[in-house]
Amino acid sequence: MSDVKLWDFHGGIHPPEHKALSNRTPIQPAPLPARLILPLGQHIGAPAQPIVAVGERVLKGQTIAAASGRVSVPLHAPTSGTVSFIGPQPYPHVSGMLAPAIVIDSDGLDAWAPLAPCADYRGLAPEVLLEKIRQAGISGLGGAGFPTAVKLAARPQGKIHTLIINGAECEPYITADDRLMRERAAELVAGIEILAWLIQPEQVLIGIEDNKPEAIAALQAALGERPFGLRVLPTKYPSGGEKQLVELLTGQQVPSGGLPTDVGMLCQNVGTCVAIHDAVLQGRPLVSRIVTLTGEALARPMNVEALLGTPIGELLAFAGLDEARMDRLIMGGPMMGFTLPSLEAPLIKTGNCLLAPTRSELPPPPPPLPCIRCGACADACPASLLPQQLHFFALGQEHEQLRAHNLFDCIECGACAYVCPSSLPLVQYYRAAKAEIRELEQKQHKAEHSRRRFELRQERLRKAEEQKEAERQARAEQAARAKALQTESAALPDRTAPLAAQPSLAAGLLEQQKKLRIEASMAQIALKKAEKQLAAHATPELEAQVAELRAAVEAAKKALEAVTAAAPPAVPASNDAALKKAKIELAIKRTELKKAEKAGADDAELTCLREALASAERALHAAEEASDKPAPQLIRTDKRPVDEKLRTLKTELAFARADLRKLERDEAADPPALESARTRLAEAERKLAEHQSE
Amino acid sequence: MALPRITSPHATGSTRTRQVMQLVLVATLPGLLALTWLYGFGTLLNLLWMSAAALGFEAAVLQLRQRPVGFFLGDGSALVTAVLLALALPPYAPWWLTLTACGFAILFGKHVYGGLGQNPFNPAMVGYVVVLISFPLEMTAWPAPHAVGLVEGLQQILGIAALPDGWSQATALDVRKANRSLTMDELWAQNPAFGYLGGRGSEWVNLAFLAGGLFMLRRRLFGWHAPAGMLGALFLMSLLFWNGSDSDSNGSPLFHLLSGATMLGAFFIVTDPVSGATSNQGRLIFGIGVGILVYVIRAWGGYPDAVAFAVLLMNLAAPTIDYFSRPRTYGHRKAERGFKVGD
Amino acid sequence: MTAVLVLLLLCLVCGALLGYAAVRFRVEGNPIAEQINARLPQTQCGQCGYPGCRPYAEAIAAGDKINKCPPGGAATIQALAELLDLEPEPLDAAEGEKPPMVARIREAECIGCTKCLQACPVDAIVGAAKQMHTVIAAECTGCDLCVEPCPVDCIDMIPLAGSLQHWKWDLPLPPGRLIASDRERAA
Repeated sequence: MSDVKLWDFHGGIHPPEHKALSNRTPIQPAPLPARLILPLGQHIGAPAQPIVAVGERVLKGQTIAAASGRVSVPLHAPTSGTVSFIGPQPYPHVSGMLAPAIVIDSDGLDAWAPLAPCADYRGLAPEVLLEKIRQAGISGLGGAGFPTAVKLAARPQGKIHTLIINGAECEPYITADDRLMRERAAELVAGIEILAWLIQPEQVLIGIEDNKPEAIAALQAALGERPFGLRVLPTKYPSGGEKQLVELLTGQQVPSGGLPTDVGMLCQNVGTCVAIHDAVLQGRPLVSRIVTLTGEALARPMNVEALLGTPIGELLAFAGLDEARMDRLIMGGPMMGFTLPSLEAPLIKTGNCLLAPTRSELPPPPPPLPCIRCGACADACPASLLPQQLHFFALGQEHEQLRAHNLFDCIECGACAYVCPSSLPLVQYYRAAKAEIRELEQKQHKAEHSRRRFELRQERLRKAEEQKEAERQARAEQAARAKALQTESAALPDRTAPLAAQPSLAAGLLEQQKKLRIEASMAQIALKKAEKQLAAHATPELEAQVAELRAAVEAAKKALEAVTAAAPPAVPASNDAALKKAKIELAIKRTELKKAEKAGADDAELTCLREALASAERALHAAEEASDKPAPQLIRTDKRPVDEKLRTLKTELAFARADLRKLERDEAADPPALESARTRLAEAERKLAEHQSE
Repeated sequence: MALPRITSPHATGSTRTRQVMQLVLVATLPGLLALTWLYGFGTLLNLLWMSAAALGFEAAVLQLRQRPVGFFLGDGSALVTAVLLALALPPYAPWWLTLTACGFAILFGKHVYGGLGQNPFNPAMVGYVVVLISFPLEMTAWPAPHAVGLVEGLQQILGIAALPDGWSQATALDVRKANRSLTMDELWAQNPAFGYLGGRGSEWVNLAFLAGGLFMLRRRLFGWHAPAGMLGALFLMSLLFWNGSDSDSNGSPLFHLLSGATMLGAFFIVTDPVSGATSNQGRLIFGIGVGILVYVIRAWGGYPDAVAFAVLLMNLAAPTIDYFSRPRTYGHRKAERGFKVGD
Repeated sequence: MTAVLVLLLLCLVCGALLGYAAVRFRVEGNPIAEQINARLPQTQCGQCGYPGCRPYAEAIAAGDKINKCPPGGAATIQALAELLDLEPEPLDAAEGEKPPMVARIREAECIGCTKCLQACPVDAIVGAAKQMHTVIAAECTGCDLCVEPCPVDCIDMIPLAGSLQHWKWDLPLPPGRLIASDRERAA
């Protein structure tokens, strides 16, 4: 290793390591839990889709949820047992919210499903090998949890020339990768070989911090003569950050907003490499992971290999948790981990550490003092940001400035908050600001989308209107032409005239009816407008006008009725039409009533409107009875055939309920109306009950 | 059970603002001792009186602004302001003068801008400049070394009885400024009390402040950038414009480094993070600016010493310096300098 | 005396110039309305009293108040105030700012009247006459214009549920604003 050259990254800190707490004992298997909770979204991307049903028996390693979409991974049963529940369950998240999960009741047998090991992966096509990795449900085990197969397949431009294996494990307390490298170096190397064969990079670099001499020695022994470059990094947090590691090992920087693949590099965590080894050579999907249980509230801090879905409480109990001494529960390390609100959440693929510190070990942060711009944060920032400026801009919600100061290049490593003499929760500022900006962006996006849809709709309506207008004009022209023709033909004695007279009389009547109806509704509209105005500012002139208009409406209605009576009786086929009309009538009446109520109309008018509504309802009921179609809303709620009476009663009940609900929602509704609506509902309910008990 | 929800990081470093302030106070001790040894208990008396006054002002303003008084008094920033002011003002300055300086420093230097961390100017220098401009006579009354006793000093401060004539003495910087005809050697020969380099007294005080500053540098309370920039620039300027010992000489580089408030300024004033530049590069520029200005005002300006003015002027320039000294963020080709306003 | 006259003359000249410029360089159209419209939430709910966001944007450009948009809330008011250089005002609505909502049709009760379809400003409801209707949640703006026309009252406005993906940390209080537990610790 004579040509080894290492670079450095800006900033970084040296927090106390506390690794000796958990790295002294070998990895132990965690006890088999009775119940496993397997959240469907344990990775970045779309959650998996369950493909098992409640009550189904599953074997260890059996796929229980399939990947949905490209950026997604399947989920496997970590042990044999029965699926007992599919739905919201606790999830390891700082909010304590529930997330969809599959719950498996273990049968204690831990029986494997048949596996398909593959000793000679070199005989496989790369796509087949990738598919194997994808089907094994492997997502990055380092912490972020990006689907590994997607990462391996995504090669936007050109070839990947450097494969970087991340064994830095720079966060204090965590020793899962350390123990893994010590105990499973052979598997790790085999996993790296698979990756190297798949990607065919020019060089493979393995980065390990120099505080893990045993792991370095074990790996060196396992590597033998293989041409993989083992690089020992000086201990400095956060050297294990993907971007920092890339810079440390190659001196290159990942472009802002990009991925290491943009500069021809690919990073994989050591745990992921071992998982790939298991998946390819042994055919074992990802059903367990190594997790560090540490903190002074534990009697036996250690690393365990635990099944995914094991409740955190059980794991910590295995390590001898003293709940009274535990100040908080952290998933992940003390720098980037997040607190969990309870012990109920399960272990997921990204959970590399459970930290149960005592109060004296990690004391709660003191109340923050104002920033004094000491600049310690800028010196510590591995991304060369100006944390104090970002914090001021976040406080002032100056999103433009936050962007200009590259907020989104922040990796939330916590180095700034660690060194801050004023104890400012800097990372929280950045997280909140980032979330806020993203949310605003989404809102903006949605607004833009809605605006487009709205405009398209307006356009469509306008076109429809134009077309209607054109059609109407065409019809009018046609009619005029027909009329001209008629007058022309009337001049000549025609044999067909008596035959045509009958329909034309009917048509004339209908025409007249239509005209009158339009007149009546126009008068109605005018009246309404006037009434509205009257309600707004009553003047004698307006009142007179309203009275006049009312008379006009009456007259119009009478004329219409007269014509309707004269018109030939409705064709029997219009039963449906009548029902529809009645419904519309009812709806119109109801809207009128509601509008009047909202406008604060006087009681007399309201009563009048209510009566109109009731009569419309009656008309609807009559029409329903007349029509031989069953009431649609009942046929959906009640699949059994219902007799007429029951239907009527139920309809009445539904209307009464809807009425009451509307009134209840309307804060301005007067108590008597509410009361009457309630009585009506009660009455309807009673009648229905009576009828049903018969 | 509900465990607490706390944002990461959960581990924190050991440096705290309060401890920083305490260390700064500790670092002023050598300078305070030197001043007391040379000029008697005047500075100490001022210091006690001004500390009390500053805390009183601070508490009153916090009360007025409805901020938690106990919480903010504990940060020690008012105390540091008072102590720095006391070290900068002449010993035996009358009590009302020190009170005025203190009041201006706390009220107009700090709280009108929003309190700790918000002030664009160094509060101590604001207070200093206000009294320097308003009461020039009192401000030039530096005692001759070993001239004043405790009781007389107290009487002078309280204004009960004036000290006998001749207790005060022009400082070396004053003399140099006022000098028209004598060569440097003659000047020194005329004033044996000036000692060797920066004027007897002044040089010891400056060396003491240098010691305190080095202590703070060792404890990593600040980077070397600002003090080095200031002292380096002052040194270079005085070397550049040093024309031997003529009568119009501006004095030697050593004279400038070890006289007046040079060291106090370089380690206790220029290093104030709040009103200075934020990045290391910016601080270097800030310090250089102060150094150049100090020399310019001393040599060609109207005041014998210039640290306060130079610092305030550079405070004005600090945002501009920040504007041009933003670091290049990881993954970016080049630094984006300047603020984007609107689109 | 001369000075006063000169000043007066100067004022008159400047005024005349400005007046001329206002006429001569009049901007046709109303580009500001476009910018205002871009800051409105586009729910098209009409709660501002105008039939849609664009008309309200035009009304603002013509001098109407900027605080009439309940779905946009304080954020929109702030954005408009910044754009137009006005003082942000509190929202002018009885119910205050509305959380994001989504409409949901209780499908068992829907009679298929298509009234809501016609009311929806963004075509977010699918259905046909006498067929059950349903809301495309992703397209719904939560304007609640469909609630009123429904004759059987089967449309509910439900607040958009938070999810793990949308959970976010609160912005910490500015230093010095202590909460009760901090006070104990600080004391």
